[in-house]
Amino acid sequence: MSAPVETVGTNEAPAPRRRFSVRLSAAQRGILIAVTIFAVMFAVYGWKQPVGLTANVINTASNKGALLALVAMAQTLPVLTGGLDLSVGAIFVLANCLASTIVVGDPVSTALGIVAVLFVGFLCGATNGIVIVYGRLQPLIVTLAMGAVYFGIALALRPQPGGSVNFELADFMTRSTFAIPHSAILLLLVVLIVWIPYRRSVPGRAAYAIGSSEQAAYMSGVPIDRAKVLAYALSGLLAAIGGLLLTAITYSGAAKLSIANDYTLNSIGAVVIGGTSLFGGMGSAIGSIFGAFVMRTVGDLLIVFDINPVLQPLFVGIVLLAAVCIGSLRVLRIKNKLDLYR
Amino acid sequence: MGPVDIILRQFDRATVIAFACIVVLLFIGALAEPAFLSPKYLVQQLHVASFLGVVATGVMLVILLGHIDLSIPWTIGVGGMMATGAAGILGPELGVPLAIPFGISCGAAIGFINGLGVAYLRAPAMIFTLGMNAVAQGLMVYHTGGFAPQDRATEFMRELAVGHLVPGVPNPLLIWLVLGAATMFMLNRTTLGRRIYAIGNQERAVFLSGVDTRRVVLICFVISGACAAAAGVLLAGWANRSYQAMGDPYLLPTIAAIILGGTNVLGGRGKYIGTVAGVILITILQSMLSVVQPQRYFVQLGLDMPADTFRQVVFGLVIIAMLLLYGRNQRVTA
Repeated sequence: MSAPVETVGTNEAPAPRRRFSVRLSAAQRGILIAVTIFAVMFAVYGWKQPVGLTANVINTASNKGALLALVAMAQTLPVLTGGLDLSVGAIFVLANCLASTIVVGDPVSTALGIVAVLFVGFLCGATNGIVIVYGRLQPLIVTLAMGAVYFGIALALRPQPGGSVNFELADFMTRSTFAIPHSAILLLLVVLIVWIPYRRSVPGRAAYAIGSSEQAAYMSGVPIDRAKVLAYALSGLLAAIGGLLLTAITYSGAAKLSIANDYTLNSIGAVVIGGTSLFGGMGSAIGSIFGAFVMRTVGDLLIVFDINPVLQPLFVGIVLLAAVCIGSLRVLRIKNKLDLYR
Repeated sequence: MGPVDIILRQFDRATVIAFACIVVLLFIGALAEPAFLSPKYLVQQLHVASFLGVVATGVMLVILLGHIDLSIPWTIGVGGMMATGAAGILGPELGVPLAIPFGISCGAAIGFINGLGVAYLRAPAMIFTLGMNAVAQGLMVYHTGGFAPQDRATEFMRELAVGHLVPGVPNPLLIWLVLGAATMFMLNRTTLGRRIYAIGNQERAVFLSGVDTRRVVLICFVISGACAAAAGVLLAGWANRSYQAMGDPYLLPTIAAIILGGTNVLGGRGKYIGTVAGVILITILQSMLSVVQPQRYFVQLGLDMPADTFRQVVFGLVIIAMLLLYGRNQRVTA
């Protein structure tokens, strides 16, 4: 498969050749839009912010954004295959509760704890994938039900909020060096170590192919089953990294259903704002990162504009609706009405 | 064709298995707690189930179309809070009779916006209804935070939720029966019903045969919003007050009940009677987990775990297990 896979599934005519024009794929345009919205929002935030964009302000924003960004990246992988993961929030909370129990003590046991947390996340995701693929069930309901299971386990680990975490590690993960937040570096590392190699691997390309057309992918001999299981497993891994970061930020673990739901739902929003198609086959985890930062900056903007913070869900909802409405502007361009009905 | 035939024709494999699972659950429950088979307990379960049943009725229509409605939790909240709010703000003469219609029409309005977005803007239902859920949440939180509205249910709402118009049959169950019968009739006997199934299977074809498919989608979302709000009104009457997040525990059980009842998430296939079975099954499962309290056995083993753990874990595992029993998809082939 030599053609760029991102363009599969779009049916646009080639753009007229202009001078200095850069041909962007739909997914790249999505990322660009998300980056632009984020840049504008954050600039307004920095401008209205009384103390200006100090290293501390940037660090706090980055820490908050990185949490959702990791969960949103986790959501992206199943979505690319045309699926969905409603359990990312639960895995995130489970990783948080587990980390608050075992990522403690001397460096060796802390390191082992981190590995265990990531492995559990990977295992949760892989379980989702295996049930979906080999049980031949709908991702929506499987991840909904498995999410309940993971949350139940998290509750067993932490009936009451509490626990602790290795202080040096937590401090290191949430600090910034030369105004560069470590949480942003963590995101960059995740992109470099997990996302890009995955994107270039056979299962990664297969995920895009499955999302575009599972039938066609099957007939071209793409390893559908393995690619799907890996997509869900990596999704669990990424959500667990998010849970680990949450533990570092809060120094504790808490099994709250509202946190799990909040992150799951917002992750879907971030994925859409980041230009990933919910029908699969098109998009990128990079877009989701910026989508997540857009969602989180909405809350910050409310604070600097002195709007009652209880209105945050309202504004997040409006941003979400606006994002999908921008996405559906294509409806206006469609000449043959039949094209509306996929 | 007599009414019995119509009901019998409704049964398919999924429905039969779901009903069988209900019997098995009751049997297991009766082993631990003989009171499980008493009429009092069973009627009480149906009473609790009818709230979920009303919500599931609307959502099922949307799922039959191949869409989904994630705005359920806060539409329930809107229904309850707007009804009690109207009663308080408009005063006893005007507010009390208008409370229920007002609450339900607010839910219908949310459904209307959902329908516009999904049908006319072609936005993915999942994300659009999710956005509406957040917007409804924001508005309701503002509504309760900005000024002090009335949150007490009216006497009539209370009567609707806990009273018995027919002796032995709680009113919500009666409402669910009527709503369910109407929905069954609509799905099986009317053009709208046929179109809903047809759109779920192949929207293009239905559009080509001259049907305004967008209007059908819009109608279903309005019904879904209205049903959720109606359940909110009932729940407010049941608790005698409305409160934030009153709809939160309903999203997962609703979708699970519909899918366990044999409705395909991708649309086009599913029987209403299956949803009825799914709703009862979920309700009994939840009730059993709180009555039997499996954590007691683990305490004897030295493992102290919160009751919610079992409710969540067993709930999820049972849904997966039952889906594996009968909800499997076709394998992708050439």
